[in-house]
Amino acid sequence: MAAQSTIEQREPTAPARTPAPAARRRGSAGGGLLRFVQSTWRPAAVLAAIFVAWWAVTAADLVKPYLVPAPGTTLDVVLAQTGYFAHHTWITTYETILGFAIAIVVGVLSAVVMVYSPTVEKSLYPLLLFAQVIPKIAIAPLFIVWLGFGLTPKVVVAVLMAFFPIVISTVTGLKSIDPEMLQLSATMGAGPGQTFRKIRFPAALPHLFSGLKVAATMAVTGAVVGEFVGANEGLGYVILQANGNLDTPTLFAGLLIMSLLGVVLFVVVELLEYFVLPWHASRRTDAATTSL
Amino acid sequence: MTVGNTTTQRPADATATGAAVEIDQVAVRFRTKKKDVTALRDVSLRIEPGEFVSIVGASGCGKSTLLKLVSGLLRPSSGQVRLHGEDVRGPRRDIGYVFQRAALLEWRTARKNILLQAEMRRLPKAQVRQRVDELIAMTGLTGFEDAYPNELSGGMQQRVALCRALLHRPPVLLMDEPFGALDALTREQMNVELRRIWRETGTTVLLVTHSIAEAVYLANRVIVMTPRPGTVAEVIDVDLPVERDYGQTMSEPEFARATGRIRDLLGATTTAE
Ligand SMILES: Nc1ncnc2c1ncn2[C@@H]1O[C@H](COP(=O)(O)OP(=O)(O)O)[C@@H](O)[C@H]1O
Ligand SMILES: [Mg+2]
Repeated sequence: MAAQSTIEQREPTAPARTPAPAARRRGSAGGGLLRFVQSTWRPAAVLAAIFVAWWAVTAADLVKPYLVPAPGTTLDVVLAQTGYFAHHTWITTYETILGFAIAIVVGVLSAVVMVYSPTVEKSLYPLLLFAQVIPKIAIAPLFIVWLGFGLTPKVVVAVLMAFFPIVISTVTGLKSIDPEMLQLSATMGAGPGQTFRKIRFPAALPHLFSGLKVAATMAVTGAVVGEFVGANEGLGYVILQANGNLDTPTLFAGLLIMSLLGVVLFVVVELLEYFVLPWHASRRTDAATTSL
Repeated sequence: MTVGNTTTQRPADATATGAAVEIDQVAVRFRTKKKDVTALRDVSLRIEPGEFVSIVGASGCGKSTLLKLVSGLLRPSSGQVRLHGEDVRGPRRDIGYVFQRAALLEWRTARKNILLQAEMRRLPKAQVRQRVDELIAMTGLTGFEDAYPNELSGGMQQRVALCRALLHRPPVLLMDEPFGALDALTREQMNVELRRIWRETGTTVLLVTHSIAEAVYLANRVIVMTPRPGTVAEVIDVDLPVERDYGQTMSEPEFARATGRIRDLLGATTTAE
C-alpha cells in the first residue's frame, strides 16, 4: 500500500498509467492452478513415504501378514475383484454425493432463513445444536428401523453429518457483510432480492466453501456409518464383512478406497472454489506471499 | 434524472423551488439496552443547491447520524428532513453516498463495482457505458478499470467509490470521512480532484471530515458541531475564491481566519468537557 501511494505522489493525475493490474490478474489465474499443483506435491510426497514405510515394515516381516497385509497383497485383492470393489465403491459414492447435495440445499436454505429471521434463528439454532451433538452412530439404527434397509437411511445419516458445518459457515458468511455495504445498497434502490444476489450471497461464498470442505469429508463418514449399522452393500459393508472373516487385505483395501473417496471429494470442492472464487484464491495466496 | 443526458447537470435547474437539503428542529435519540443516547438535538440547517458544505466536530457528535438522516437511512426522533422540498421517509435513491471504507465488492473489477449502481437501478446498459467511461476519465482511473479492489491503492479505491456514487448524477452527494484512511499527500490530491469534480458536476456536497484544512479548502460553508448532545455550534462562511489553487489557498488570510475560528470552536468544546 505504501509503495503504491508513493507512485501516486509522483504522478498526481496520470490518466494513462500502465494497465498492468489487468495483465497481472490474468497471469495469476493460471498461476493459481500452478500454485495448486505446487502445494499438492508435498502432501503427495508424505503419502508416498507412508506407503514406503508400510511396504518396508511388511517386507521385513516386522508384523504378521494377517495383522497388516503388504501393500502389494492389498492391491492384488482389489485387482482380483475389481467388479466387486467397483460396485460397493459406487454405492458409497452415490450415498455420499446424494447426502452431500441434499445437505448443501437444505443447509444453505436454512442459513438464509435464519439470517433473515431472528425469530427462526432463535428457535432453530438450539435444535440444530442438539442434532449435531447426538452421536450419529447411536441414532443410525433408528433410521434403519424407520426407513428400511435400502440407501435412504445412509443418505439421511450423510445429510445429518454434512448439514451442520454448511449451516454454520453460511450463517457466518451471510452475517460477515459490511453493514455500510447494505446501506449503500438501500440508497441504490435495491430490493432485498437484488441485495442478496449481488452482494450478500457472493460475499458469503468464501465462508460457505470452507464449510463445504468439512462437510464433504463428513458426508463420506455419514454414509459409511449408515452402512455399518445395517447394509448388504457399500464400503462399510465390505469392511464389516472382511472384519468378520479376518480378511485384513480386503479390510485394508476398503479403508483405502474410503479415504480416497473423501480426499477426492475434498479436492473437487477445493478445485471448484478456485474456479468460482478466483478473486478470493488470489487474495489468499497474496496474503501467504507477504507472510513469507 | 436521466443518465443519457451528457451535458453537466446543474441541480439548480431541477430544484428551482428552494433548498437542496432542509433540516428542521431535528433530534435523534438511540435507545440501547444500557442507556439512551441523544445523538442530535435541535439541529436546523438549510443547504442550497450546488453548495459544498463541510461538517466537522469531535468523534461521536453525530456527524454520520446527520448524513444518514439526509439519505433517509435513519428517521429523526423528532423534527423534519426535506430533500428538494420533499419529506424524507425511507432510503432515498436520489443521492450518492461515499463512506470512509470504500465498501467495494472484492469480486468485481473497478468498472464492475461502478456498474453496481446501474445494475441495482436497472439502468439501460448502452447509456451507462458512456457515463462510466466519462467518470473513469474524470477521476483519473483510466488504465485501472479491470483491476480488482485488492490490486488498488486506498486512493484508487476511493476514486472507484466516488465514481459509483456519481454514476446516476445524484443532485446530492453525501461523503462520510471519505479520505480519512488515506495518507496526507494522497489526501491533498483527492481534495484538489474533488473540488474540480464538484465544479464540473455542480452537485450539492455534504462532506464529513476530521481535517480542518480539508473542510475549509473544499467548502463554501463549514458546519462546526459540538458533542453530547450533538448540535450545531456555528456555521462558518468561507470567503475564498471559486478557483482555489491548493498551495495558494493555504496561505490566504481568509483560510487562516476560517481554520483558526474552527480550531477555537473545537478546542473550546473539548476543554469544556
Ligand atoms: N445505531 C446506533 N445505536 C446506538 N447509538 C448510536 C447508533 N449510531 C450512533 N450512535 C451514537 O450516536 C452518537 C453519534 O454517532 P455518530 O453520528 O456516528 O458520530 P460521528 O459520526 O460524529 O462520530 C454516538 O454517541 C454514537 O455512539
Ligand atoms: Mg462518523
